[in-house]
Amino acid sequence: MLHFELVTPEKLVRSEEVYMVVVPGTEGDFGVLEGHAPFMSTVRDGGVQIFRTQNGTPEVIAIKGGFAEVNAKGLTVLAEHAGE
Amino acid sequence: MASLKALKIRIGSVKSTQKITKAMKMVAAAKLRRAQDAAVAGRPYAERLEAVMASLAGRVGIAPGASPLLAGTGKDQVHLIVIATSERGLAGAFNTNIVRAARRKAEELIAAGKTVKFYVAGKKGRVIKRFFPNDILADHEMGQIKRLAFSDAQEISEDLIKRFGEGQFDVAHLFYAKFVSALVQVPTGIQIIPIPLSAIPGAEAKPGAPAEAVVEYEPDEEAILADLLPRNVAIQIFRALLENAASEQGSRMNAMDNATRNAGDMITRLSIQYNRTRQAAITTELVEIISGAEALK
Repeated sequence: MLHFELVTPEKLVRSEEVYMVVVPGTEGDFGVLEGHAPFMSTVRDGGVQIFRTQNGTPEVIAIKGGFAEVNAKGLTVLAEHAGE
Repeated sequence: MASLKALKIRIGSVKSTQKITKAMKMVAAAKLRRAQDAAVAGRPYAERLEAVMASLAGRVGIAPGASPLLAGTGKDQVHLIVIATSERGLAGAFNTNIVRAARRKAEELIAAGKTVKFYVAGKKGRVIKRFFPNDILADHEMGQIKRLAFSDAQEISEDLIKRFGEGQFDVAHLFYAKFVSALVQVPTGIQIIPIPLSAIPGAEAKPGAPAEAVVEYEPDEEAILADLLPRNVAIQIFRALLENAASEQGSRMNAMDNATRNAGDMITRLSIQYNRTRQAAITTELVEIISGAEALK
């Protein structure tokens, strides 16, 4: 499972184990699965899709002004605003 | 000696003052807890952003052509002092301390031949106008804010960055009260523009040094860094404002606790005085009656 965190300046919105997350990167959407290579990207305003299971329907969280980092620990999305 | 009636009125008025200060203390205590929670909730974001900034800035370094937010304008003449205070008084020495720290810094800079301008955020910082009436760059209205949100800090940060871009100042300092505990708040000044690399742990440039892991960047490192810099300014301001809010409530709680205690002491003192005066009046009356009866014998 992939460890996913969504953080805004006001609070830690999500910190959980999920199957896959699709992030709206500035240069195109990208999906992150467990064991993704270290990666860093700015994020455009849009929806982050969180897939809890392989075939489940994604949960979408709208984010604004963001930035994503993938490292050995998992995926962290920093956003200025995150609304559900 | 004051009359009995005057004393009684006095005791009544001190008692109602005590009720007010006691209520204010309770309110401040409740608000302090909320403010502290907010400050704690803001920590993960700031920590992660800092870590990323550190690794990026360390890698990219201050190359020529780097963003002025990081490298500065190349000058060190005009300093902007941002004073963050509360909107309300009755918080002990809270606002006074911040303004005093800012003033001291300003006098230091002026003595060193620099130009100093002020940016006031929070109503109680306006007293600085008394000392430097002609150097107020802007007065940021914060009275309508009920619960501090990141967008409030962003507003200030965007305003500052815009003014920085227009060349209105070269260096910006932010003065606020750092929250140590409910009893201790330290007025602190930090440099926010240009972003001091030394303030980011682990960022002391090792330009060109290979990364620990091979990280892919999208777009590239410089672009990401440029995107993050203004955000870093905003988050620094947001953090300072959160700490300030907690400090304000802590300081107010203390001040009101002291006031309540003082009122209590005063009530005791006045009550004793009241009882003595009453006793004296009764004694006088008795003496009068007795001596009157004696004379009739």
